[in-house]
Amino acid sequence: MLLELEKRKQPSRRMLYLTPVISVLLTMIAGATIFSLLGYDGPGAVWAIFFVPVLDIGAWQDLGIKAAPLILIATGLSIGFRANVWNIGAEGQYVMGGLAGTGVALATWELEGWWILPAMCFAGVIGGALYAAIPAFLKTKLNVSEILSSLMLTYVSIQLLYFLMRGPWKDPEGFNFPQSRMFNDSQLLPEIGNTFVHLGVPIAFIVAVIAWYVLSKTVFGFEIRVVGAAPHAARYGGFNQKRTIWLALLAGGGFAGFAGILEAAGPYGQMVPQFPTGYGFTAIIVAFLGRLHPAGIVLGALILAISYVGGEIAQSSIGLPNAASGLFQAMMLFFLLATDILVTYRLRFGGARSGGAA
Amino acid sequence: MSDGVTSRLELTGITKSFPGVLANDDVSFSVAPGTIHALLGENGAGKSTLVKMIYGIMHPDAGEIRFDGKPVQVANPKAARAMGVGMVFQHFSLFEAMTVLENIALGLDEAVSYSELESRIRAVLEQYHLHLDPHRTVATLSVGERQRIEIVRALLLTPQLLIMDEPTSVLTPQEVAQLFDTLRALAKRGCSILYISHKLHEIVELCDKATILRGGKVVAECDPKKESSRSMAEMMIGGSLKEIEKAEGRSFGAERFVVADLSLPADDEFGTTLRNITFSVRAGEIFGVAGVAGNGQNELLLALSGERPVPFSDAVKIDGTPVGMLGADARRRHGLCAVPEERNGHGAVPGFSLIDNAILTARNRKNMVNWGVINSRLAERYTDEVIHTFAVKTTGASSPAGSLSGGNLQKFIMGREIMQAPEVLVVSQPTWGVDAGAAAAIHQEIVDLAARGSAVVVISQDLDELLAISDTLAVMNEGVLSRSLKVGEASVDEIGLLMGGVHGDPEATREYAGAAHVA
Repeated sequence: MLLELEKRKQPSRRMLYLTPVISVLLTMIAGATIFSLLGYDGPGAVWAIFFVPVLDIGAWQDLGIKAAPLILIATGLSIGFRANVWNIGAEGQYVMGGLAGTGVALATWELEGWWILPAMCFAGVIGGALYAAIPAFLKTKLNVSEILSSLMLTYVSIQLLYFLMRGPWKDPEGFNFPQSRMFNDSQLLPEIGNTFVHLGVPIAFIVAVIAWYVLSKTVFGFEIRVVGAAPHAARYGGFNQKRTIWLALLAGGGFAGFAGILEAAGPYGQMVPQFPTGYGFTAIIVAFLGRLHPAGIVLGALILAISYVGGEIAQSSIGLPNAASGLFQAMMLFFLLATDILVTYRLRFGGARSGGAA
Repeated sequence: MSDGVTSRLELTGITKSFPGVLANDDVSFSVAPGTIHALLGENGAGKSTLVKMIYGIMHPDAGEIRFDGKPVQVANPKAARAMGVGMVFQHFSLFEAMTVLENIALGLDEAVSYSELESRIRAVLEQYHLHLDPHRTVATLSVGERQRIEIVRALLLTPQLLIMDEPTSVLTPQEVAQLFDTLRALAKRGCSILYISHKLHEIVELCDKATILRGGKVVAECDPKKESSRSMAEMMIGGSLKEIEKAEGRSFGAERFVVADLSLPADDEFGTTLRNITFSVRAGEIFGVAGVAGNGQNELLLALSGERPVPFSDAVKIDGTPVGMLGADARRRHGLCAVPEERNGHGAVPGFSLIDNAILTARNRKNMVNWGVINSRLAERYTDEVIHTFAVKTTGASSPAGSLSGGNLQKFIMGREIMQAPEVLVVSQPTWGVDAGAAAAIHQEIVDLAARGSAVVVISQDLDELLAISDTLAVMNEGVLSRSLKVGEASVDEIGLLMGGVHGDPEATREYAGAAHVA
């Protein structure tokens, strides 16, 4: 039996939607195998990571909280990715958004008012967008790859965070711990009902719906798609590629910055050095798992949130190392990229055509 | 052809299928030694697939290939070359930054020292009276000279069968004549030539025999000398050909589209700088731009369509309004629509539906956008209109542009622009790679648009096409446009000389054009 790849006449829509599911299933199989070989209870690990968080209603609130920043960041990134603008530095824009919002919070910590929280969110969006403007400038003026510049700027932002936490923004009443003041009630996101789900979670879902509308129904969304699919055709259609690069990076940065301030004003309630937890990088996986479509991104974000929550469960229940959920997330992207070929090619069994005419 | 003489090449029952298409269906014919044999057919008739199997790039599903009477299985192009089959492709594979000699050395299967190779090349050049300097860099050569490299490359192996794939599509009439001399000399020495083309008058002039393919099947074999271009065209398309209906003695209106002193530096090292392009097109007039590919036609299209705006507003005017500094979108709003040469990825996005491809250029002139939101119902209605009016063969408005055949996609693109009723239409290579039936339809639409009062610019390498449809003609050479000649007053020889006869000297082109105009 010979396996052979054969080009499809046109890309298969079915495979486009099926491959993310296949890659999650392959991740489970491979994960179970790897952890069994490492001497853990492999199937148990997969069960703990992928199924326990879904079956335990108590974990659902946690899933929503973990999914929210992923949805926001991945939606922003998907705008860029559709236009072939590869912003890999969402983590840095997330940090800068959080810092910008925290700056507003620290400046208003003695004040009260309904306007403070919106002002913090606004600052967060602007902070993330401005930080993404640096790679945009470098790309459009000097043709510097945004992949490298945005990624490297992430580490700059983390150093800035450490500096602020240990210096100027350190809580004067905080026993010398490197962290900011606690936000006051006007600066914290309200929680919904009697849950601990903050307002940022529904906001993330609403933003995904808005993004879907903008991307699929407006000229802006069309512009993004054309520039990504065929730059020459985009120019012929009257779209300016540089403008698109700017918009794509500003949108990606703005969404990441928004996610940053929602995290700071939500689950954290202050700014801490542990703030960057890799949401900005995980969101890249979410964007691709969701096929750059807002609806897919919501599903992808939930799956990744499951792996986060499940990873914590597996740590305590079967003693899996902390890196396990990262490993599972990486495998998901790996399998997704590998199975992607099935969208444009079909697998055929049996080498029928070796030798040609007889 | 089997009167005692063994055929050089004999195909029996060759069949090849791709998913969903039967590219070759039971194809049988034979090529006698020392003959020039035409393989004729529309785009998609299966010519390319067939020769790729002879040259070992593809393998037949069924059937037999015999070479000099012996059945063979051609594993790959290297095996084909070893057998004595050479091929000159339509698109050259040359490294522009290297010399002729280096390029030829790279394409050889064996390692030969440069000095030996050079003497062998010179021997071939002398034998066939070809002119080519082995030490010139490819980037400095004309298209005709580049093709000669490919021919020399094939001749070095003293082939028994030479396959030529649409070799004249990029040549000037003088270069075509030279090429034909070379091919006749080759045939005289016993080399068979399989000549693929859809230019029928060339086949009448050159070939001894023709095999006509349609839909992957052999539909006819004939002696081109006993046929007319028209009768072969009708065998090719399997129907009768329509003449272009063009009213005689048309009068033109006021100047609609004026280009004055347009200059634009090249994009990169291998681009062409446009120098002082000046011409004007009146309402109802079709203005042809002839010239060998790579002399600035692409750059001209980009500058006219607005994809590369020029630094001076007055360089391009539509109905008196200066638009030189405006981009493509703004120029469209002023009434200028354009069709680029490349369909896939430039004129249309292959992965997008036809509806989205309609939105690409028609969204503003057809009011599909309200406050930044696209009205997809209007877009779909317009797409359907284009499909029906221009008889585009497709499964529907939402099928991807990439699923259409070249000719159908071109009809769609032309339709999309023409139905926007542009005041000015600029088209490049309107029928490039399009079958004869579709080409006739596209030509008719261009003529009709002009008759409705639009100014039309047609940029084409196909001189026959320009002579058939345009009223006025200018020739592009090295980024310089000659003065306008009235079609009907200029002879093919004159135009041919402008295209390449004074190649390399733009000033001479201008002077010559001036002289021709006065005379």
